[in-house]
Amino acid sequence: MTMVFGIPIQALLGQLLVGLINGSFYAMLSLGLAIIFGLLRVINFAHGAQYMLGAFAGYLMLAWFGIGYWPALILAPLVVAVVGIVVERFALSRLYDLDPLYGLLFTFGLALVIEGVFRYYYGVSGNPYPVPALLAGGENLGFMFLPIYRGWVVVASLIVCLTTWLVIERTKLGSYLRAATENPRLVQAFGINVPLLLTLTYGLGSGLAGLAGILAAPVYQVSPLMGSNLIIVVFAVVVVGGMGSILGAIVTGYLLGLVEGLTKVFYPEASSIVIFVVMAIVLLLRPAGLFGKDA
Amino acid sequence: MKFLHLVSAALLAATAIPATAAEISDGKVKIGILNDQSGVYADFGGKWSVEAAKMAVEDFGGKVQGAPVEVINADHQNKPDIASNIARQWYDTEQVDAIMELTTSSVALAVQGLSQEKKKIDIVTGAATSDLTGKNCSPYGFHWAYDTHALAVGTGGALVKQGGDTWFFLTADYAFGYSLEEQTGNFVKSQGGKVLGSVRHPLATTDYSSFLLQAQSSGAKVVGFANAGLDTANSIKQAAEFGLVSGGQRLAALLFTIAEVHGLGLEAAQGLSLTEGFYWDRNDESRAFGKRFFDRTGRMPNMIQVGTYSAVSQYLKAIDKAGTDETEAVSKELHSMPVDDVFTHNGKVGANGRMIYDMYLMEVKKPSESKQLWDYYKVLATIPGDEAYIKPEESGCPLVK
Repeated sequence: MTMVFGIPIQALLGQLLVGLINGSFYAMLSLGLAIIFGLLRVINFAHGAQYMLGAFAGYLMLAWFGIGYWPALILAPLVVAVVGIVVERFALSRLYDLDPLYGLLFTFGLALVIEGVFRYYYGVSGNPYPVPALLAGGENLGFMFLPIYRGWVVVASLIVCLTTWLVIERTKLGSYLRAATENPRLVQAFGINVPLLLTLTYGLGSGLAGLAGILAAPVYQVSPLMGSNLIIVVFAVVVVGGMGSILGAIVTGYLLGLVEGLTKVFYPEASSIVIFVVMAIVLLLRPAGLFGKDA
Repeated sequence: MKFLHLVSAALLAATAIPATAAEISDGKVKIGILNDQSGVYADFGGKWSVEAAKMAVEDFGGKVQGAPVEVINADHQNKPDIASNIARQWYDTEQVDAIMELTTSSVALAVQGLSQEKKKIDIVTGAATSDLTGKNCSPYGFHWAYDTHALAVGTGGALVKQGGDTWFFLTADYAFGYSLEEQTGNFVKSQGGKVLGSVRHPLATTDYSSFLLQAQSSGAKVVGFANAGLDTANSIKQAAEFGLVSGGQRLAALLFTIAEVHGLGLEAAQGLSLTEGFYWDRNDESRAFGKRFFDRTGRMPNMIQVGTYSAVSQYLKAIDKAGTDETEAVSKELHSMPVDDVFTHNGKVGANGRMIYDMYLMEVKKPSESKQLWDYYKVLATIPGDEAYIKPEESGCPLVK
């Protein structure tokens, strides 16, 4: 068997694939964060809670109304997006004129409240959510056993990331959004409703988090803690990619998933910190992040 | 003149006579429940343990030796430094007499050390490491409910007997995980089995796939999860997903209680072997206790929570018998009194502080076998206390001669 650094190449391939799967979640979550930061200049600490909400929305739809995975895949992100829109309209939008710190503190507090409420009612051990029948089981790829559902996560995440990127970079709506971040007053003078654009953007960002949540529900326990376990890593991804850079967030998400996967093979004890080590190095060498423009 | 002397002497004598409650320091007994109430182990003990402690106080009548009993609690977030700060504050300024529960081994070791230094009693129910009554034992420290040795003998022993003689461990990267892996590994080896390897993961990891792939490629017959709480639940769920079970590997959840079975659901948990010290549906007494607990909390208790009930009850009984809450006297009673309550009827405390009682080997039922919510276990065997726990004289505790 061919060996790479003392690890059979087959095992290595398996680990790289697993890293890619985790990277898919990082990419989807950091994408939402990057969009919100890029357009609203809000550091959305509630992103992890919104991801958790997406998973819980799916779980509760199944438990209360018997709504299955496929409808939930559309409905759960919508629910989270609506919650996001309400929050933006009635609270967050009032903070735009203040120091960005206020937005950070507000969303951080909001996340604690949401998680606390769910922890009170559902405990932390989590709730099971079944893998949809169509995607159950797995495929033996020769070098590893790939659960079909995980393969679906990679595909779904790629589709979502590409579509979002195309919408923002290549469509008219996207150009409005980008213009509104550059100079909101001028864009407003052209008759475009900028506050509405910002509200929709926050809705889109939180909806993306909700989508990642429902995608994660069959893989992880649906637990109130699932978001807070992930959010710090995702922030590191955004920082490494360059704050506000959408392409940067996507690419870095996948990359860091791979780096983390490799760490789990060579030195598993460090797997929870390797992303932050990378972040520190990137900040030293390229303070604006890998894809960020120098301010 | 003589009369005046007599009066003043009488007055002096009167003030020197202690009222009954004066044997109780500060006029009340204060018990601190310190555990994880927001992290990965919050269902393992959590606020449910606090509720169990309150039940014990109520069942005792709310008073001991005429002094009221108070239960306070705090969340240590699984961090030994935070736990030590809270414990120090409780002992120094809030007149707490004893600290109990102490989920997470690193925290329990830290607080037991501090308690010994402050000459206070601690009773651990939520942490697993047998070092608490081994090399780190304290004359005022007690360990209730379970420990790594009992889990190794119970679950490890059962699986080896069923032919699971090669093991691979997924181990939580801190004191508890090491201790559980080492003792289970030693036990497996002593029964003629082999340990093929292990991998250590950080506490509160969400994705286990990469560790599970390593376990899978090791070819071991049994994959032992030397972790706890939400970590174990996530590992088991993902092990099924990656085909470990369908590939013929057995999963051993070394520390798994009914709280985690409930969270995981019978679909994913069925067939697991595990060791617990309490199951609500075992006899009329346990069912009655389970129902009372359920009415207060909406869930059935696990061994940590009932263990906390037992620890608080026994502490109050010891104060009552000693007639004081002074640490030396109460410790002496705790070491000598038999434990006889709903948790166990034949418990005894060794010189190292270990409460020795019978444990149960359980198997998680199939969804089709479960008749109601919380009907989760088949009791496969009783593991006598003297087999489950290390003999005090072999524990390595310097206090045992």
